[in-house]
Amino acid sequence: MEFAGKSQKILSAREMGLVACTRCTRAWPIGTPVCQRCGHKMLSRDFGSMQRVWAFWVMGLLCYIPANAYPMLKTRTLFQVDESTIVGGAVELAHHGAYGIAFIILLASVAIPLAKFWAIAFLAVSVKRPNAEAQRSRHVMYEIVEYIGRWSMIDIFVVAILSSLVQLKTLATINPGPASMFFALSVIFTMLSAQAFDSRLIWDTNASDGDPDQHV
Amino acid sequence: MKDTDDHTSPPDLEQIIVCPQCDAVYQLKIPSIGEKAVCERCHTVLIEPRKQAGLKIIAIAFATFVLILGATFFPFLNIDAAGNKNSVSVMDAALAFSTGPLLLLSLATAALIMLVPLARVMLTLYVLVPVVLDLPPARHAMQAFRLSQALQPWSMAEIFALGCAVALVKVADLATVGFGPAFWMFCGLVVLIVAQDKFMCKWSVWNSLENPKKS
Repeated sequence: MEFAGKSQKILSAREMGLVACTRCTRAWPIGTPVCQRCGHKMLSRDFGSMQRVWAFWVMGLLCYIPANAYPMLKTRTLFQVDESTIVGGAVELAHHGAYGIAFIILLASVAIPLAKFWAIAFLAVSVKRPNAEAQRSRHVMYEIVEYIGRWSMIDIFVVAILSSLVQLKTLATINPGPASMFFALSVIFTMLSAQAFDSRLIWDTNASDGDPDQHV
Repeated sequence: MKDTDDHTSPPDLEQIIVCPQCDAVYQLKIPSIGEKAVCERCHTVLIEPRKQAGLKIIAIAFATFVLILGATFFPFLNIDAAGNKNSVSVMDAALAFSTGPLLLLSLATAALIMLVPLARVMLTLYVLVPVVLDLPPARHAMQAFRLSQALQPWSMAEIFALGCAVALVKVADLATVGFGPAFWMFCGLVVLIVAQDKFMCKWSVWNSLENPKKS
């Protein structure tokens, strides 16, 4: 579907003097504060969103440090008590020869969260430098970050399942460590950070210096 | 989508759809069933009508409701190591962090895997049942639907189901682990949640809430 034939440029609502509701896709004259259809607050471009992105980003990163420094699980078996951090647990698994599982844990709990921090920071910085060539790839990156964010909670759910399941009195017990709380907070803050990002800013190539084809 | 040449005349706002992700403006043309309208530059699906989607979504929502309640209270995994047995329900798993400051985490877990999915199901039913029955929309139906959309990323039942599988692999060498009835309910739940999101064309719902059928 297209508005005016392939050869012509796709216009944004902002260029047409409209503001759109990001929940229900309805258009209104620019400056309308609240969507008359669904009641969602509308802003043509949420320039203040960058502050929220960075605030949540910093919170997420701060929580990610204790999430790695403190033990995630406290495993008590017959003769020993074992408190392992995320990385420590993976290294131990690798010593036992389970390289595959160690790799997956490192990927899911270390590489992906770090990549997420990097990606959000990259998007937030790149908004300042619009590039018509890179719009598509930046948008794909934004969608991946949005999609993958919630899946990091799987670590927390595994800890919850293990610590409720493995309660075998003297034989073995598993209890959650303090890192689980920080890890959950870190995931939640990065999700909020990604949600605060206004993806429409990616597509504004020359919004600031006035577009020659602009229709108002 | 139809070509329009008269950009200069003020656009009819009801005949316009704007991509929520990239702000591109399109002339509204409702695709026929089985087709979908996709944003040309960021490839977000804008409209995707399905045959009898309303009825299907309501049926799925009822099934989801029953399964969430069942999956919450029946055990989903049981463990057996040298005579020591234990079986846990989702309720137990959510309350695993019930000591000290970890209590907050407990509440968050319970919300993410049970309360939010449950709330979304109830909101969906509240909004869609009047629409499908050709009745006037329920009070505050728009706000209810908006809330259910906002809750979507926080509904994590399917992530929990995958977490079960991972936990199973981790304890498999420590003890004998078996599936309880709730595990299979959770598997069903995952399929239903995916199907529901597939059938739900948000634009069609907004449109029918704005212009209820006059019969």
